[in-house]
Amino acid sequence: MLTILFDGIAYGMLLFVLACGLAVTLGLMNFINLAHGSFAMAGGYVTVVLVNRLGVPFLLSLPIAFLASAGIGFIFERTLYVHVYRKSHLDQVLFTIGLVFMSVAAVDYVMGSGQVFVQVPSAWQGKFDAFGVGIGRYRLLIIVICGLLTVALQFILAYTRFGSRLRAAVDDGRVARGLGINVNWIFALTFAFGSGLAGLGGALGAEILGLDPSFPLKFMIYFLIVVTVGGTSSITGPFLASLLLGIGDVAGKYYVPTLGSFVIYTIMIVVLVWRPQGLFSRATSR
Amino acid sequence: MTPPPIAVRTATEWLSARARWHPLEIVFWFAAFAAIYLFPARHLILTEIAWLGLFALSLDLILGYAGIISLGHAAFFGFGAYTAALLAKHEIIEEPVLALLISGCAAMALGFVTSFLVLRGSDLTRLMVTLGVALVLRELANRYGWLTGGADGLQGVSIKPVLGVFRFDMFGHTGYTYSLTVLFILFLVARRLVNSPFGLSLLSVKSNPLRSSAIGISVDARLVAIYTVAAGYAGIAGALLAQTTAFASLEVFSFDRSADLLLVLIIGGAGYLYGGLIGAIIFKFMQDYLSALTPQYWPFWIGLALVVIVLVGRDRITSWTTPIRLMAARLNWRALARRSAERL
Amino acid sequence: MLSRCMIGATVSLAIGAMANGAFAQDTVKIGLIVSMTGQQASTGKQIKAAVDLYMKEHGDSVAGKKIQVILRDSASIPDNTKRLAQELIVNDRVNIIAGFEITPAALVVAPLATEAKVVELVMAAGTSIITERSPYIVRTSFTLPQSSVIIADWAAKNSIKKVVTIVSDYAPGADAEKSFVGQFTGTGGQVAEQIKVPLANPDFAPFLQRAADAKPDAIFIFVPSGQGGTFMKQYAERGLDKAGIKLIGPGDVTDDDLLPGMGDAAIGTVTAHMYSADHPSAKNKAYVAAFEKANNFRPNFMSVGGYDGMNLIYEALKKTGGKADGDSLIAAMKGMSWESPRGPISIDPETRDIIQNIYIRKVENKNGQLYNVEFQTFEAVKDFGKIKK
Repeated sequence: MLTILFDGIAYGMLLFVLACGLAVTLGLMNFINLAHGSFAMAGGYVTVVLVNRLGVPFLLSLPIAFLASAGIGFIFERTLYVHVYRKSHLDQVLFTIGLVFMSVAAVDYVMGSGQVFVQVPSAWQGKFDAFGVGIGRYRLLIIVICGLLTVALQFILAYTRFGSRLRAAVDDGRVARGLGINVNWIFALTFAFGSGLAGLGGALGAEILGLDPSFPLKFMIYFLIVVTVGGTSSITGPFLASLLLGIGDVAGKYYVPTLGSFVIYTIMIVVLVWRPQGLFSRATSR
Repeated sequence: MTPPPIAVRTATEWLSARARWHPLEIVFWFAAFAAIYLFPARHLILTEIAWLGLFALSLDLILGYAGIISLGHAAFFGFGAYTAALLAKHEIIEEPVLALLISGCAAMALGFVTSFLVLRGSDLTRLMVTLGVALVLRELANRYGWLTGGADGLQGVSIKPVLGVFRFDMFGHTGYTYSLTVLFILFLVARRLVNSPFGLSLLSVKSNPLRSSAIGISVDARLVAIYTVAAGYAGIAGALLAQTTAFASLEVFSFDRSADLLLVLIIGGAGYLYGGLIGAIIFKFMQDYLSALTPQYWPFWIGLALVVIVLVGRDRITSWTTPIRLMAARLNWRALARRSAERL
Repeated sequence: MLSRCMIGATVSLAIGAMANGAFAQDTVKIGLIVSMTGQQASTGKQIKAAVDLYMKEHGDSVAGKKIQVILRDSASIPDNTKRLAQELIVNDRVNIIAGFEITPAALVVAPLATEAKVVELVMAAGTSIITERSPYIVRTSFTLPQSSVIIADWAAKNSIKKVVTIVSDYAPGADAEKSFVGQFTGTGGQVAEQIKVPLANPDFAPFLQRAADAKPDAIFIFVPSGQGGTFMKQYAERGLDKAGIKLIGPGDVTDDDLLPGMGDAAIGTVTAHMYSADHPSAKNKAYVAAFEKANNFRPNFMSVGGYDGMNLIYEALKKTGGKADGDSLIAAMKGMSWESPRGPISIDPETRDIIQNIYIRKVENKNGQLYNVEFQTFEAVKDFGKIKK
């Protein structure tokens, strides 16, 4: 029972790290970025190459994956995305789906279509029992890293100057501009940061979710569920939504294996119809 | 897309010119039917184009005329496909045309029920809700394998001859003629519909829901109606697929199908009914060509096409039709009069 | 576009010529439909690579005919497969359609093969019923009952009493589950629970936990080629390998393609299957070496299906003296036997299904690489799915 809860939390945490960048892009820039998963995939493959081929230690490869994805995100933001911000949502959807298709085929070309795995050091494999709860070492690692990240994120948003500027830009971009905040620059940095987080999530998740070129397509729906259910106006919304989703998914499969992911989709529809702005969203004018 | 601000005197003229048959339209349909005799070897892909065109037409009705973005239009497509396949498999209704109608009605019923879900919320909410509906249906089809065949698809479907006379042959001759005829009839209906007062009120809802309700158009009722009709169209497109291939699989509900559909409509341009049909032609031949050329990496080029289309701008992409439109305008003096009125 | 029109024109000419009945063909065309993109892409690539290798080794002409392979991508979608097969038959006038990595794809094409009298050569899909759907279907891969029944026998003899089955929820999975459970309970074993996991996008963790809670001696696992890696990772992560729960099943889970990346958790897994890259024969050593030289991955059991499929076509053409119509080819293929990289195999003249040795293998570390090492052989195994009827 508690083991299932533990697994669910780990899964949810992972989803959160993967999806929170998307929440930021959506909430901040009102931009629908379906290609978010591609950045996560980039991080995953960077880790695979680093650890398996170059022999970089696993823990060291995680920050590198973060930086690599953030870098890619930054470049894409400055060169491509910036032209699409002002276009309609339909254009944004088309544009980012196009990017997803391209990334899937490109990775297939470069890395092959088979599933790849990160060779995680054996110290992180297996599980141990604590107070009767079976705890997977790797999942514990995920919870610790993701937990720290969440706290750090919350701290940055709530207490730093960058955070307050970001929140200002979210609440009212025009006024923020008027106050001399360089909103474009904040957008770019935030986008890069979100992509980096996705990359980190991809690197961490490769072990559990599996990594192959169709990754962005497979998990796009999960990211979107997290973001739409959680709402985009805060970090806590998507965080709680990820946890709910993770625990619900794992527990659902354990207790009623015949229902599968049916429950998740239904819940999503009900929540969206009931509260179109998301479950944990405060009412905004947006 | 919005009607240009023109003098009241020309407004009625504009409306009737809009509804009038254009010479190019006649050429288009003539060519489509001529293909029955001209390209007998390409009937299989032409059949796919016909149902894909119908499917895109259906999306055009809600996107181009009512402004609803959907990433889950495959829900109705798949529902229609499974209905038609099941009707044939269990020999409930053996005659394809009747089965087609029933599949369309079934999809309409589903469309009516789910239409209330898309009335609220932003674009993103609508995207997710429509997507969610398609995903739920896919899960259901997967779960109830005794009925749908689950992940193996519905095997052992055999389709009886159309009207009891025309048997579906391996070369797709019957399939194409049948699909094209259905497409043409439904197109006529759609054309009538969008040029009716109802269609015009839809356009006004699309451009400004608030103002529309202020002038007495009941927005929700309009959206529900068009969504239901579009669902029926999508269902018939799906049923055509099921009948011409004698098969239905979970793929009919897939997200890729909905995404491809958006692409099809965008290539052709939304909001003038022909967009979906032209898009279907371009998309299918492009996909067929690319996937024969590089069986492994063709999605890359499709993706690139999408990215370029958006970056260049959809308006500019569809502007390749401008010379044709100008030429068409010259052929049609009333439209020409309208254009000059616009320029003033 | 221009060339497309030209092709269209030539094809219609060709059809006209065919109608006159005076059309001599110098090429034998093989339409190869596999998925090069989508979920089953790894299988498609294995088959493609094996077919290429065979053509490279044996030349592109046999019995006075030139062999031409036309590759089409089904993107793992069965309705695509149907249209592609139809176009290949009608427009390209192929003599043989081959490939079919997923059961639905193989089944949906069966009526076409019957109608057009074209040989449908199944190189991968493993559901038992496939060959019954058309008299023109012949198979060079394997059937799931072959492996599943054998592993059930082995398990019963090796003091495994209680088993939980985990299979993917589609026809081959059901086949594997049914034949294993039937055989295993027949020999007195106990199946504690039968779990089906969704075919697409699986997260095995909850299912594995459920299996573990039943405390079985072993888990019987079937997942399609390509998903074994994820399963194995999560099996290890649960600590099931340490808890003494053995892993048995048909060989799909320890697919040679993915085995090197699975890690030490896979060691000790016992599977029954018809091919291992480690098969100790000269023929196989040469095959693996040539395959690995041409590609940067190891051949798996799907690849031999493609390789043997090509061999079957070549040999049948030799026997018919180059006659490539469906009836002569299928007649020539029935009963044919030869030495494959996997060992001796033959085509059952009655069912057109494959008869082959099934090996019991254990995953072991050999020179730093993981391999399925064979340690017991069941000779000339027919498809159990059809024997029982």
